[in-house]
Amino acid sequence: MSSNTKVQGRQKITDKTLWISVPKELDHHSAEQISQEADGLVRQKDIREIVFDFSDTVFCDSSGIGMLMGRYKMMKALGGNVRAVQAGERVGKILMLSGIMKIIPVEKKQGGMQDEKE
Amino acid sequence: MKRNEMKIEFDSISDNEAFARVTVAAFMAQMNPSMEEVADVKTAVSEAVTNAIIHGYEGKVHKITITGVIEDALLSLEVADQGVGIRDVKKAMEPLYTSRPELERSGMGFLFMEAFMDEVQVSSRPGEGTIVTMKKMIGQHGE
Ligand SMILES: Nc1ncnc2c1ncn2[C@@H]1O[C@H](COP(=O)(O)OP(=O)(O)OP(=O)(O)O)[C@@H](O)[C@H]1O
Ligand SMILES: [Mg+2]
Repeated sequence: MSSNTKVQGRQKITDKTLWISVPKELDHHSAEQISQEADGLVRQKDIREIVFDFSDTVFCDSSGIGMLMGRYKMMKALGGNVRAVQAGERVGKILMLSGIMKIIPVEKKQGGMQDEKE
Repeated sequence: MKRNEMKIEFDSISDNEAFARVTVAAFMAQMNPSMEEVADVKTAVSEAVTNAIIHGYEGKVHKITITGVIEDALLSLEVADQGVGIRDVKKAMEPLYTSRPELERSGMGFLFMEAFMDEVQVSSRPGEGTIVTMKKMIGQHGE
């Protein structure tokens, strides 16, 4: 209904990798849409890996963790894998707290204003 | 003492998760919060509202209310639903406990609320609903 909560369906497939551009806010509302889109594509095409690109994402809650874990389980069952890239400060903090980094490789944003390890 | 109170009521649909976060963030703006404090409160609100939608009302559309109170530097928030309630609150608040793994829930909601707020209290009765009360000191960062 309202245009500001609509998730931009931004994905691309290169080789057997599905790239998903995660929206600005990853909550229950947007996570369900992304999961449906991703699962549809994995069912139709031969996809070995899903890469979630968090470049644009400034908000993430437990629904985002559930979405990542769900895709991880699905891809693992198919012999594939899942990665997250370009995680900013806030997303990094949430992913760190959740412990999901022990299961899914997460790449932090490089060259940002605040690179955590420095 | 500086005191200010607000109350909002909205339907339990997922579009309103963002609405709830933004509204509470706007309300607390007068407390001179840091960006991190705003992000922390938004996350906690999102968790409580999402729980009311998914668990409290099990996807059916009813009303959720949020009451916000500012008392000097203390922000208190109450997120309330009249849904199914929680039988065992202590168990529900254990990290990684979820009653709905099939919905891809992972039991992190209360963990995030407790990590980002100073105090989280849950009062609930099966069949009557749930009230989550959260408190946080805001704007105390020295500059
Ligand atoms: N408002 C509510 N009404 C009824 N039950 C609730 C409510 N809030 C939480 N619960 C119960 O508490 C449990 C734990 O909540 P919590 O938010 O920590 O995890 P979750 O919602 O199951 O998973 P996640 O938040 O990671 O998606 C829920 O699984 C549910 O059983
Ligand atoms: Mg939850």
